[in-house]
Amino acid sequence: MKKIMVGLKRVVDYNVRIRVKPDGSGVITDGVKMSINPFDEIALEEALRIKERGEAEEVIAVSIGPADAQQQLRTGLAMGADRAILVQTDKLVEPLDAARTLLKLIEKESPELVIVGKQAIDDDNGQTGAMLAALWDRPQGTCVSEVTFADGKATVTREVDSGLETIEVDLPAVLTADLRLNEPRYVKLPDIMKAKRKPLETVSLDDLGIALDPQLEIVKTDPPAQRQKGVMVEDVDGLISALKDKGLL
Amino acid sequence: MSDYRAPVRDMLFAINELANFENVAALPGYEDASPDLVEAIIEGAAQVAGDIVAPTNWIGDQTGVRVENDRVIAPEAFRPAYKTLVEDGWLGVSMDPEYGGQGLPSLLGIAIEEMLQSANLAFSLCPLLTQGAIRAIEAHASDELKAMFLPKLISGEWAATMNLTESQAGSDLSVVSSKAVPEGDHYLVTGQKIFITWGDHDYAKNIAHLVLARLPDAPEGVRGISLFLVPKFQLDADGNSGEPNDVVPISVEHKLGIHASPTCVMGFGNNKGSVGYLVGEPNQGLAAMFTMMNHARLGVGLEGLAVSERAYQKAASYAKERVQGAAPGHKERGPIIRHPDVRRMLMMMRSTNEAMRAIAYVTGADLDRHHKSPEKEDRAAALARVDLMTPVIKGWCTEMSQELTSLGIQIHGGMGYVEETGAAQFFRDARITTIYEGTTGIQATDFVGRKLLRDQGKAMGLLIGEMRQTLAEAQASTNENVKAIAASLAVGVDNMEEGTKWLFANFQTDINVPFAAAVNMLMITGYVCGGWQMARAALLASKHLDEGTDEVEFYQAKLYTARFFADHLLPRTLGHLATVKAGPASTMAMTEEMF
Repeated sequence: MKKIMVGLKRVVDYNVRIRVKPDGSGVITDGVKMSINPFDEIALEEALRIKERGEAEEVIAVSIGPADAQQQLRTGLAMGADRAILVQTDKLVEPLDAARTLLKLIEKESPELVIVGKQAIDDDNGQTGAMLAALWDRPQGTCVSEVTFADGKATVTREVDSGLETIEVDLPAVLTADLRLNEPRYVKLPDIMKAKRKPLETVSLDDLGIALDPQLEIVKTDPPAQRQKGVMVEDVDGLISALKDKGLL
Repeated sequence: MSDYRAPVRDMLFAINELANFENVAALPGYEDASPDLVEAIIEGAAQVAGDIVAPTNWIGDQTGVRVENDRVIAPEAFRPAYKTLVEDGWLGVSMDPEYGGQGLPSLLGIAIEEMLQSANLAFSLCPLLTQGAIRAIEAHASDELKAMFLPKLISGEWAATMNLTESQAGSDLSVVSSKAVPEGDHYLVTGQKIFITWGDHDYAKNIAHLVLARLPDAPEGVRGISLFLVPKFQLDADGNSGEPNDVVPISVEHKLGIHASPTCVMGFGNNKGSVGYLVGEPNQGLAAMFTMMNHARLGVGLEGLAVSERAYQKAASYAKERVQGAAPGHKERGPIIRHPDVRRMLMMMRSTNEAMRAIAYVTGADLDRHHKSPEKEDRAAALARVDLMTPVIKGWCTEMSQELTSLGIQIHGGMGYVEETGAAQFFRDARITTIYEGTTGIQATDFVGRKLLRDQGKAMGLLIGEMRQTLAEAQASTNENVKAIAASLAVGVDNMEEGTKWLFANFQTDINVPFAAAVNMLMITGYVCGGWQMARAALLASKHLDEGTDEVEFYQAKLYTARFFADHLLPRTLGHLATVKAGPASTMAMTEEMF
């Protein structure tokens, strides 16, 4: 392979306790620590390992988001990506629009492999990778926990509800990374310094000829309901009558 | 045990806003340290400290160390952490790029050091000692010696130690009796040293021991001691570690805290003599030693902060989880953090930690100015400030850590006294910090003797002048919190100035005057420096809040912690000043027999 493209989304850091805005219009992101979506970090780690095994020549990290998403791309470069592209926009980008935008970058870069996280931990849609494969009209392997390459094909192990499934896909293809695919590396200090000198290109949606076409309407954002206090029941009969009282039996 | 997450936001505030990182990055030689890299560097280090180093802390405390077959067996759990720090380049942060360091400002090095110390104090001493030795070798050793040792020490492939103390020569080094005899192009060193931190281990392939010893014709006293570099393994023809060099750990001490740090009795040259190399000029060992010591003193001051920060994190998370009786104004049982007295203790920890961090990092920026400023006068002024602050940071921060780590236990109640909870370890670990690298008494004597009296109060005068500028700004503020902080700081600065004046007026009346006043003067200075930096922080915070910021909560919290420091910590200067002015009479009145 010559090129692998990896999608990195800027999301609220997984350690942060998410708080909903008082007016219910979304979650608070002001002054909140932002990081690379953990599944995307796994996607990048896999691309880097493929390159380090000598099976790819270049890893390109791409992101769609605000100017500050450069930070996440710099982290990606410090981890080892060769260059980065930011499609800069302050608008909310839905999965279909993200897939359309990534397709434009694919047309420009012609990668043999695209890896993204199986979902982003902000909205948990889990759609972009699959939509991208459909728009690109190429095979996909989603929720991947293992991947090997031979003869222009990828053999991927997928985590499915019933266990593990192994499939073979022709390249070019889209893979989406699951949690167990690998454990991403820590960045090294000298690599943080080097990342500054690696190319990071910024383009606009206009440059790519993309007009966002939102399909979704966010009605309201609510925090999860507070957990109710539990009750201890004496015996099985007590349990059954308690469930009946709640209308659950 | 408890998780540690580096307080990255507060660190970035102290680095960027209080210590003015932009000015540091503009110094010649720091071109690579662009401000936009700071966050990435601090975040990167925070991940390693939190994920890889911090989980080894409790294991190390419980495992401890021992000597077997002339070698120290240190905790196996530390080995991968040491390896990561070496391989990922976190040990040579502010070291000379010519020898493989990253050449970043000390200001960043200090922040990373704080994280490692919070993550595992006992473990962090190993790289701390190496760094002190690197500074001494850089400043005093020949180019040949530098080329032989610096690259491997800076990468961490090799480690280093400081060998000063002997059983009869502790705080008084004039009676050091280890010997060095010239032989060919080197020396043969013999003697026994005690209290040698990380005197032996095998995380590193070789250990460079810096040893104070006497040459055959050396005069008596401190003017007759020289510094030698004695490697654990002799160097082979390729400069790699080769044959053993007759250096062995004889035993390790059983200590109250820092259990995982091997405190060794070291034997040099018990069989044939250990090959050593002279560092600097003959009989000038003390100067070289002070290079190491000053670095280590700032480092130990930082330990006071670091261990208190970890104690705070643990106490705060416990106070939020632990449910007990209803707090005043509440009907239901709830977490103990609702009780004003628990808040008092948490705020004491939080606000003092922030003040300590501010002082240490601002001094880190002064250190960078001293090293890199193009103006000679600016370099000298920066050094005068660092010299003044070194005993204050070492003395005050470590003394505060005794109180703060104790509060950490107190917040846990009975569970805090139980070892498995983990709060007690921070208290035990903190206890050494007021002792090693010069006790609080020695810091205070250095502060009053060298840094105030011998300096004729010049550095102190400049410091007070800068404080009064901040004070004027704070007094002009319309923010209620900032105004209250200004009122408290004004009293603090007055007290510090009054104490200094009293000292100058009275030090010749009785030989005991400066010594009896010393620790109280040092503590006043610590509180006032802390209060000053917190006032600066409050001014910055209120400015951000007025101008609009997307970090409202962070800057509000900063205003509150600054206000708490002004309300609860700054007033302590009143008591210390009264004690200073009482003079030494009651301290010295009893005869030795009456004790």
